[in-house]
Amino acid sequence: MNDRPKRLRDLLLARTVLRLLRRLPETHPAGEPGVPPPNIEREIPGSARAERVALAALGLATLAAVAFVVLYVSFPDTQLLGLALGSALLSLAVALVVLGKKVVPQETTVEEREQFGDRERQEEVRAIVRRGGDGVSRRGMLKAAAGAAGMTLGAAALVPAASLGPRVGDRLRQSPWRRGRRVVDADGAPLTVADIEIGGFRTGFPEGATRDELGSPVIIVRLEEAEIELPAEQRAGIPSGIIAFSKICPHAGCAVSMYRHPLHEPTAAKPALVCPCHYSTFDVRRGGELIFGPAGRDLPRLPLTVSDAGELVADGGYAGTYGPSWSGVRQERRPS
Amino acid sequence: MTASRRLLRRLRAPAAIGCAALALASVAAPAPAPAPLADVSHAQAERGALLMPGTDRAPLLDEGRRLFTDTCSSCHGGDARGIAGRAPSLRGVGELAADFYLRTNRMPLDDPEDQPERHPSSVLSTQQKRAVVAYVGSFGGPPIPDVRPQRGSLPRGQRLFTERCAGCHQVVARGGQVPRAKVPDLEQSAPIDIAEAVDIGPYVMPRFRGLSDHEVDSLARYVAYAKDPEDRGGWGIGHIGPIPEGMVTWLLAAFALLLTIRIIGERTTR
Repeated sequence: MNDRPKRLRDLLLARTVLRLLRRLPETHPAGEPGVPPPNIEREIPGSARAERVALAALGLATLAAVAFVVLYVSFPDTQLLGLALGSALLSLAVALVVLGKKVVPQETTVEEREQFGDRERQEEVRAIVRRGGDGVSRRGMLKAAAGAAGMTLGAAALVPAASLGPRVGDRLRQSPWRRGRRVVDADGAPLTVADIEIGGFRTGFPEGATRDELGSPVIIVRLEEAEIELPAEQRAGIPSGIIAFSKICPHAGCAVSMYRHPLHEPTAAKPALVCPCHYSTFDVRRGGELIFGPAGRDLPRLPLTVSDAGELVADGGYAGTYGPSWSGVRQERRPS
Repeated sequence: MTASRRLLRRLRAPAAIGCAALALASVAAPAPAPAPLADVSHAQAERGALLMPGTDRAPLLDEGRRLFTDTCSSCHGGDARGIAGRAPSLRGVGELAADFYLRTNRMPLDDPEDQPERHPSSVLSTQQKRAVVAYVGSFGGPPIPDVRPQRGSLPRGQRLFTERCAGCHQVVARGGQVPRAKVPDLEQSAPIDIAEAVDIGPYVMPRFRGLSDHEVDSLARYVAYAKDPEDRGGWGIGHIGPIPEGMVTWLLAAFALLLTIRIIGERTTR
């Protein structure tokens, strides 16, 4: 009883193998093997002048590629680097065109579609490849020149990898904002409460810190206190309705530079900060909550306080992750 | 056939493609035609404020009230205090806002839900608009601003425009889009429109009342400059941004590539 499935399986296997074996000879080509393909027009230019041109071009490519490497290390001027790499590639292209058109034999043939895997045919192909070098004199020289050009170009392609800097580690997470740091405008003047009007916006930077960091720029708007739709425990850091956000969109890192503020809200859209790149839209009344667009996180808020002189001062770092979503950081949405 | 004739024949197809590409590029970005002189002076007269500071408003008020009731009160209310959910109160907006909305034909609006946009024509004549501006101004509010671009500084204006306006209007002042609103092109905006708009913040635009007179003059000067900027790079291609510029470059490069391919390749007859 137990043998029956096994025997059935063996039978099926034998049948399949037999079928395959029987089919194999049929897949051989109909034409007789060993006969050279018809309709080949062959022309051997063997021009010494063309070879010299190709050699010169390859030499030029080598020189230019070497120049790229040397320049990259010693005098990294982008114009010169571009010129060097560009002329190396151009010379190589010229050499290849000249070699292809004027040096190696020119054959025009109609290719018959044939099966692969026939040993005799493979031998023939090898012979054809060997014959491809007919009439080329300084073959070793050409090979060496081409090898030199290829190797130096490879080096030129690899050398820029040296510029990959050290690991950034935690530096992307550290914003320049600290408790007590004043907010200044683009000219370096401290921003005061009076500078921020309801319905307007300003861009601020941390005083005395670099402005080029992703964490530096903030966009500051002012709302009526009654407008703010945040639970009591999240209302800290919004003095007189002045609320600051990171100006860097948490999607792709563009500057969130559009502020939509309706003059008459019943017939227009509600106030929001919008990123001009992909229209991620953040509700300012709800503390920068994402309401539209591809961003994966809300726009993080920078808590503010007001100094005795009425100047805006940071009250700590961002409440949430700032900067683009480089590491796929998603943040838990606040329960609304 | 001689070699030169063969070369000519070989170049015929890519040359045709290249000419077509250039023609396409020139159609896509026509050179701005200078406006006829008569049109410019006429347009400038139209673009000046509807009312001058010294004009006597009193004779205009009766007609203004009548026109307001006919044209504006269905949304703004008979007493200009607005209608909830339809249109805002006009008490306290002053001649400034009335001049802005009526002179640019943003008002009257067909549907209060629409975005007010500049229109070429209005149901009101210029004289009628003047009367309505005087009537709305009689409730109090800011006067029509006095803006003089020539007093402003172009670099200051460019800096201010880049920081406050370019996010929506583009640095070339050609406008664009924000979610649920169009951003107008400032091509037709007169200096006085700029001064009024930064004070009002029309539709969903933020307002910038904190700007000094010099800053407003500078902004207006930059906007005037942006209409006809110096194209140091050469051909401006309509100033509509990097995509058409890249397109033109791409077409020229494609032409060069086609030419190269045609020269190094060859055609067989079989």
